[in-house]
Amino acid sequence: MSETRTDRDAKTGRGAHSAATLSFSFDGRRLIGRDGDTVAASLLANGVTVCRETPVSGAPRAPYCLMGVCFECLVVIDGVGNRQGCMVPLRDGMTIETQHGRRQPEETQG
Amino acid sequence: MSNHTEPDVVVIGGGVVGGAIALGLARSGARVTMLDEGDAAFRASRGNFALVWVQSKGFGMPEYAMWSRRSADDWHGLATILGEETGIDVAHSQPGGFMLCLSQDELGKRVDAMHRLHNQTTLTDFPYEVLDHAETKRRLPDIGKDVVGAIYSPLDGHVNSLKLFRALREATTRRGVDYRPNCPVESITPRDGGFRINGPWGEIATAKVVLAAGLGNARLAPMVGLDAPVKPSKGQIIVTEKTAPFLHNPMVTVRQTDEGGVMIGDSQEDRGFDTVVGQPILSVMAERAVRMFPRLAGLNVVRTWSALRVMSPDGFPIYDQSLSCPGAFVVTCHSGVTLAANHVLTLAPAILSGVLPDAVASFSARRFHV
Repeated sequence: MSETRTDRDAKTGRGAHSAATLSFSFDGRRLIGRDGDTVAASLLANGVTVCRETPVSGAPRAPYCLMGVCFECLVVIDGVGNRQGCMVPLRDGMTIETQHGRRQPEETQG
Repeated sequence: MSNHTEPDVVVIGGGVVGGAIALGLARSGARVTMLDEGDAAFRASRGNFALVWVQSKGFGMPEYAMWSRRSADDWHGLATILGEETGIDVAHSQPGGFMLCLSQDELGKRVDAMHRLHNQTTLTDFPYEVLDHAETKRRLPDIGKDVVGAIYSPLDGHVNSLKLFRALREATTRRGVDYRPNCPVESITPRDGGFRINGPWGEIATAKVVLAAGLGNARLAPMVGLDAPVKPSKGQIIVTEKTAPFLHNPMVTVRQTDEGGVMIGDSQEDRGFDTVVGQPILSVMAERAVRMFPRLAGLNVVRTWSALRVMSPDGFPIYDQSLSCPGAFVVTCHSGVTLAANHVLTLAPAILSGVLPDAVASFSARRFHV
């Protein structure tokens, strides 16, 4: 797991204001995030309130626990579906999309 | 904890086995109290693979094949009952199950085992087929080239065992069963033709007691003149993200749940009460599963876990009534999901009547002392 901003801030004593700006897209919208934030945190910081629809009931969900346990923050990242957004550091140029229910089998051919 | 109305039966154990017995007793009109150790329990009910499985069972005891078959037949009725009583669909189906083999040697051993199983006695009407790669592929288009063949039986099926667990809890509650969580049992004392059961929570008196405490039965059984020498057998399971349905039949080691996740399992280790999940076993399971279904390689793993099977010395169930303390029964098995229909519909009414049926005579623990 790569270093997140809090780890780095703890080491350097620097605050959030010094984080570099990253550009990414969510469902085609251009958004701005901060280096060291996770994908889930970046979506929340941009006011995103729905990042997936559940596979069983189709209910809308958003990131919840932010620590890898609840699986509510699943999104498509650079074409790979059902990634846990709270476990993935944001990278410049990432293409992030809403996870609509299950991935289809043809998307999972290894 | 004072109790002015003594229950007819106390069931010790609140898992799938205890829940099934309690439901069957309540449906027969008994007043039942269920003592559940709580979430500290090992709870095979939470970690099992959820098969309703017949094809490979009963070598060394044909009665076990019959008993498993009977439960698989009656499972349709149980699923209907649970649906009617709780509104919960436990996603039971019996589409037939496969045991896939990844080498000629494996397939040869499976075929021999099936021959030995069926040579024991009149296991007529236990249909199965040996399939080559081409026929397996015709029925399961997603198999990989490494699958040399399979054993198929139309008797096998599966269920959503977490929904089963929940439905049993709901159905027993609606039937008036007094469910008491966080009630570990320290002692059972035969008294006045009945029993007094004690724990840190207090005491309860009852005319009949059923031990359905899984691995806990080993400690509890001698208190009432019974014997349940069960030991843990660890199984590890991998579950993937939910994906669109592509597997409509269960395999003995791979199944897709009704909600889309793919479970990979059936490891067996004798590690005592250790429940650590480890990469050596998981990686072998994952590698074999991907050879069976290459499509699995592209799926994310969501969780891995382990659970402890409740194994008797020969692997078969133990059903007994105490000779020295009549009214005390033990019900323990490692196939609480497969056998749930028998436990609700056949065993529980027999326990209430005070006489176990002939169909389970072979399952007395006396077999360990001949």
